[in-house]
Amino acid sequence: MDTVLGLDLPTWWFLLIGALISGYGILDGFDLGAGALHLFFRKEQSRRIALNAIGPVWDGNEVWLVIGAGALFAAFPLVYGTILSVFYLPFMLFLFAIIFRAISIEFRSKEEMRWWRTMWDISYSVSSITISLLLGLILGNLIQGLPLNARHEFVGRLSDFFNPYAGLISITVLSLFMMHGAMYLIMKTEDRLYAKLTIIANNTSKFFILCFMATSLATLIYVPHMTAIFKAYPQLFILPIAAVLIVLNIRRSIEKRQYRRGFISSAVTTALLLILFAMGLYPNLVLSNVDPNGHISIYEAASSDGSLRTMLLFAAIGMPLVATYTVFMFWTFRGKVKLDEHTSY
Amino acid sequence: MDNVELLSRIQFAFTIAFHYIYPPLSIGLGVCLVIMEGQYLRTKNKVYEELTRFWIRIFALIFGIGVATGIVMEFEFGTNWATYSRYVGDIFGSALAAEGIFAFAMESAFLGILVFGWNRVSPPVHFLATVLVALGSIFSALWIVIANSWQQTPAGYRIEGTGMQARAIVTDFWAMVFNPSSVERYSHVLIGALLAGSFLVLSVSAWYILKQKHVVHAQAAFRIGLWVAAISALGQLFTGHQSAEVVTKYQPAKLAAMEGHFEASAPADMYLVGWVDAKTQTTTGLKIPGGLSFLVHQDFKKPIPGLNSIKPENRPTAVNFVFQTYHLMVGIGMTLIGLTLFSLVMLYRKRLFQTRWLMGVFVGAVLLPQIANQVGWYTAEVGRQPWVVYGLLRTSDALSQAVRAEHVLTSLILFTLVYMMLFALFLYLLNKKIQHGPDIQTTSQEPGLDSSSRMNPILH
Ligand code: HDD
Ligand code: HEM
Ligand code: HEM
Repeated sequence: MDTVLGLDLPTWWFLLIGALISGYGILDGFDLGAGALHLFFRKEQSRRIALNAIGPVWDGNEVWLVIGAGALFAAFPLVYGTILSVFYLPFMLFLFAIIFRAISIEFRSKEEMRWWRTMWDISYSVSSITISLLLGLILGNLIQGLPLNARHEFVGRLSDFFNPYAGLISITVLSLFMMHGAMYLIMKTEDRLYAKLTIIANNTSKFFILCFMATSLATLIYVPHMTAIFKAYPQLFILPIAAVLIVLNIRRSIEKRQYRRGFISSAVTTALLLILFAMGLYPNLVLSNVDPNGHISIYEAASSDGSLRTMLLFAAIGMPLVATYTVFMFWTFRGKVKLDEHTSY
Repeated sequence: MDNVELLSRIQFAFTIAFHYIYPPLSIGLGVCLVIMEGQYLRTKNKVYEELTRFWIRIFALIFGIGVATGIVMEFEFGTNWATYSRYVGDIFGSALAAEGIFAFAMESAFLGILVFGWNRVSPPVHFLATVLVALGSIFSALWIVIANSWQQTPAGYRIEGTGMQARAIVTDFWAMVFNPSSVERYSHVLIGALLAGSFLVLSVSAWYILKQKHVVHAQAAFRIGLWVAAISALGQLFTGHQSAEVVTKYQPAKLAAMEGHFEASAPADMYLVGWVDAKTQTTTGLKIPGGLSFLVHQDFKKPIPGLNSIKPENRPTAVNFVFQTYHLMVGIGMTLIGLTLFSLVMLYRKRLFQTRWLMGVFVGAVLLPQIANQVGWYTAEVGRQPWVVYGLLRTSDALSQAVRAEHVLTSLILFTLVYMMLFALFLYLLNKKIQHGPDIQTTSQEPGLDSSSRMNPILH
């Protein structure tokens, strides 16, 4: 099998897609969180500031989803087809929420009427919450494994997806995003909205820590395969410990009013949680909970080595570019949001 | 045909056709924006700056809907066409991922600067952002069209595995990228997009001229739009002809359907308009006898293989549909050439903006390239049936196994409702922006821009 720098190509792509999904979680995570919090801002002015804070960047954030999904399609088409078709209705709901969210942001401030703005505010917030919950639902089910037979055919029912563990993960994802979003908005706001957001950040972070503890416990008890790797490699135990420390650091930063540091910590938390999930999966991408032969491993799902190699070259050229645009964009729109006649929302 | 297949095909056709309203507009408008802002930087004339700002607002609206509906397309390959995704993943996936990495990221990042960045970056940097957004949208069409071309005329691959496990593997990356139809298709699609975008500029400007609003701005934009449109219209005939040659060579069944040609081996006619009756295998209408034979072989008498030379299970079924959509596209193509060339003559004679009926025609003509773009794809895609990947994978074998008919029906109903609402909102806001018009600070008319309007008594 072909290797690059000592790693085989499917493993490279496993890592790369993991990085893309983490990038998506971190970036879109804060604007989804901002959306989930939107209805807590009562004044028209506050809502406009909150929207303008994410205005120039949210679309670029969403591109990480587009790239991540494209990369999954390219590198592991079997998994792409399986996951998306198995979760047909959840993904359709996800797509509708994406559409509604996009148009809510775009259309809201185009009319003065109160009902118009309220309607789009609600649609924006509800769709942001729906997206976060659905991401959690899908993640929760992937952690537990799907009912796939030895030929990777789905043998379950739609209702299987709505189980308590997946529900818990959904809430955890939502709380993480809300906390993350609150800290992003704090960095972008002043005065009364700022003060209000500091309270929100405080509360959401407490809520997240509760969810985090519940999730850890539930995972230890109900999905032992996710933690099996630590028995084999105890030295990896450092990662969950790091996760706990970072989560504690979020609280500490919020108490010390160091929101930038808190924001970075919650970004790292998102990445670490996904890394823990990836470690539980590897070398599989999808686990079956009915038949061990139903697992889909990266080797079985991978595209040809030739394709993976070409694509790796593309990624090596393209990802630094993407990172550059992202940094340039955030740098251009750095600092607090000011409403003037040029603001769009 | 079972229900999952039928519903999935309807859903795919509906969602892609809807998506395809917007990207061509963004691509074409993006190029017009580059010209407008370039003119501003070159001449420092405020009129061009105000025009640029105005059209960027419209661009952002169109772009937003293009993005929202595009994400649907990407996911739909996996949700509804899982077997197809696995079959073509090695080839198709790389195109899609490349599109994301190279095109969409650039487009979305710099769009933020385009819309929000006027006061944050210098004019040249803003112009650079405009150029990059336009390039990004041109690239985003590139990869997906390559992927589509591959499924029309596969090349550079081998098949691995059999039955449901079969899949195509890239053996030669560049042969895959430059498959027999991709250059022709991409140039034709791109020019189609330039027509869509430039005719939007023309339509709105013509309307302002008729209403005598923002006349200076409207005339400046109209000139830009007209040049883009006229050059594109001519280019479209050329690239369309090349596409037809590719079809002749690689997809004889589609060609036969496009001209309603049934006899297994006979000279083929070319129709201007007509009607195909598939039951009796007759095509009636206004025709040039032997015309298709002449186009293909430069000989009116040479035979062309007709539908009857192809195994029944490999023939496209909707022959009349393919025939009609194809002829509508060609008819519109010819109309656009006539319209733009005539208008250029009028512009040269300085009578263009005073000819009210012509301005009226341009207000409505925005629909023509849109229709041509749509029906052109219907020709290409319905004529490709019963294959998803031409000659390799049948549409009926390409479905997701896990999906049930009632799920697809649910999503199809929701797409119909949501997209109808989206379209209504789009038209409403577009209209509102057009009514509002450019924000004009320039009071005096700029020299050089309005020579024809100054001579025009109606406008003063
Ligand atoms: C403004 C839009 C527009 C206009 C004026 C034309 N076309 Fe077109 N045509 C398209 C927009 C388009 C398209 C939407 O871009 C298609 C669909 C698939 C494709 O490759 O391009 C297309 C497809 C398409 C195909 C099918 C390719 C295939 O099946 O693989 C042919 C043979 C032509 N065109 C030929 C022409 C000719 C001879 C025209 C005469 C002027 C013409 N088109 C005008
Ligand atoms: C370039 C990107 C495109 C790709 C990769 C693509 C691919 C596909 C696929 C996979 C299907 C479903 C399977 C099938 O029915 O054969 C399909 C069907 C279809 N597509 Fe496309 N398509 C593209 C662009 C378009 C556009 C822009 C339009 C129209 C505006 C279009 C119109 C249709 C129609 C009408 C069908 C249904 C055909 C039928 O089932 O009879 N396609 N296409
Ligand atoms: C079935 C095939 C298609 C898929 C899967 C697809 C996918 C997508 C996706 C995911 C986006 C959003 C990108 C973002 O987040 O910025 C998008 C937008 C876009 N698509 Fe498509 N697309 C398809 C067909 C087409 C075709 C046929 C064209 C043009 C010929 C096209 C051109 C564009 C452009 C220019 C954009 C940018 C948004 C805009 O300018 O409106 N796409 N598409």
